[in-house]
Amino acid sequence: MIETMLAGAPRRALVALALLLSALVAAPLFVNAYALSVLILALYYAYTGQAWNMMIGFAGLLSLGEAMFVGLGAYASAGLFQKFGVPPVLGLFLSVAVSAAAGAAVGWLAFRFDINGVYFALLTIAFSEFTRILVDNWAYLGGSEGLFLHVSGLAGWDIVNLRGSPVMFYYVLLAMTSGMFLLCRYLLASRLGYYWRAIREDQDAARSLGVDVFACKMAAVTISSGAAGLAGVVYAFYYNNLFPETAFALSHSIDMLLGAVVGGVGTLFGPIFGALLLTPLGEALTAATDGLRLPGVKQFFWGVVVAAIVLARPTGLWPMIAGALGLDKVGLDKVDADEKSGR
Amino acid sequence: MAGAFLRARALSKSFRGLRAVSDVSFDVPAGAIHALIGPNGAGKTTTFNIVAGVFAPDAGGVTLDGVELVGKRPEDICRAGVGRTFQIVKPFRGMSVQENVAVGALRWTSNTREARDYAADTLALLGLADKRAMSPDHITLPDRKRLEVARALATKPRLLLLDEVMAGLRPTETDAMVATFQKLNADTGVTILLIEHVMRAVMALSQRVVVLNHGEKICEGAPADVVRDPAVLECYLGEPAPHA
Repeated sequence: MIETMLAGAPRRALVALALLLSALVAAPLFVNAYALSVLILALYYAYTGQAWNMMIGFAGLLSLGEAMFVGLGAYASAGLFQKFGVPPVLGLFLSVAVSAAAGAAVGWLAFRFDINGVYFALLTIAFSEFTRILVDNWAYLGGSEGLFLHVSGLAGWDIVNLRGSPVMFYYVLLAMTSGMFLLCRYLLASRLGYYWRAIREDQDAARSLGVDVFACKMAAVTISSGAAGLAGVVYAFYYNNLFPETAFALSHSIDMLLGAVVGGVGTLFGPIFGALLLTPLGEALTAATDGLRLPGVKQFFWGVVVAAIVLARPTGLWPMIAGALGLDKVGLDKVDADEKSGR
Repeated sequence: MAGAFLRARALSKSFRGLRAVSDVSFDVPAGAIHALIGPNGAGKTTTFNIVAGVFAPDAGGVTLDGVELVGKRPEDICRAGVGRTFQIVKPFRGMSVQENVAVGALRWTSNTREARDYAADTLALLGLADKRAMSPDHITLPDRKRLEVARALATKPRLLLLDEVMAGLRPTETDAMVATFQKLNADTGVTILLIEHVMRAVMALSQRVVVLNHGEKICEGAPADVVRDPAVLECYLGEPAPHA
């Protein structure tokens, strides 16, 4: 398994990755509380962007309903904790299961009838909205007035109950983002990864080569939405309050995919790069324009940035930067050639 | 892998009232190489698509070694041992040439390393060894047709359906491709059914030819006989001019 994951990774990329990880591990020692909160947000978007990228970037399935999967995961573990005292370390299993089941249900409906592209995207938006309205009217979980978690012990390191300082959440998210990166790397190098990419490029050709398109798409949507459900756990316990209007908002979905779009859809590191770039940029902009009293200036800026990047670099920024730094994927083919020639 | 016996029985398929294929029957014995020819619009590719499970026929059946294929999904027909190419090539553009072929090899192995190695060997067989790290966007159309063949071949089919894979090749390249298929057929025993307009290839490669016109089978026989058949000449060249 490790051999599969390392195959084709240039040494420079591994070194760069190790340096970045060290910097991120050390970061809380050097930054103030505000910068740490920005980093937490950046890691949250890196993780969720990666989960989203698994669907669109690997398997070609455009989901605009990521917020539904995150929101369901958030409500599942928060509800268990608040109503039954179940710690999130157990509740997360329900979160992942509920979100994965929701993803599987949407996927089953769509792929059974061969709904793809923008029609699949519309279906995910529709289900996201259904869920928002449902939770909005579900008084048991707080309805539109929101679900609030007990706030106590927020200074320590209670991982089991996810009660702790921002530093704890930072490391939890760093571990999740690293794990997600490794999972994606593993999946891409596996048979499923090859099949996903084949389906993304040409479904009919993939079928003719024996690829069970339905099963592979179901795997993509189920794994991705389950992963998003796990992000929901952190979302709930970090903010300590949940509102259907924000958790299930379309803008929440957009925030999650923006980093991946800017970084590079379908690339392994693009979503992380995009989130680490965009989140501080957005926060800096908010801070810089704070005194101007110009409502919507951040959104306007987002619009300009995304339009510029999509027009200038439709494949995202990361492939270009990776090329400049010599970190491109050497390609699995090159490895074979090197091995055969004895290098 | 030995070749499989293909039998098409009374296939019919209409598209909005247009009879694309009408009551077409033929056999391809295990290990044989047969060709399907006919003018444009004769129903050749439709027949292929019925065999490969893309279309369900309105009537008739297809069996591979006696196993009914009609009603199965294209991916299951591939798993049953049918490899096919597409006349309008469908490469996986975001993957290298070798990765394209590896997808085919993953039909029988879950080990991606083994699949890539097998892909490299298959590409070498078809003269694409030096292009394996390239994007399919950056190779010529004849090479993309070879890529179609390599990808189908990598699934280790017992029946290979080739849809105009020699279009656009130079005569020497055609001869090389014919030699490749002959060697493949001799080495593995794979059954081959090809649609081809390049008569040089049809004459050299196929033991038997089925001629379709307007969706109907108008002739079947050895290549040398078929090209002298009046009905065949008429459908390609029109009726003989009346003597003045």
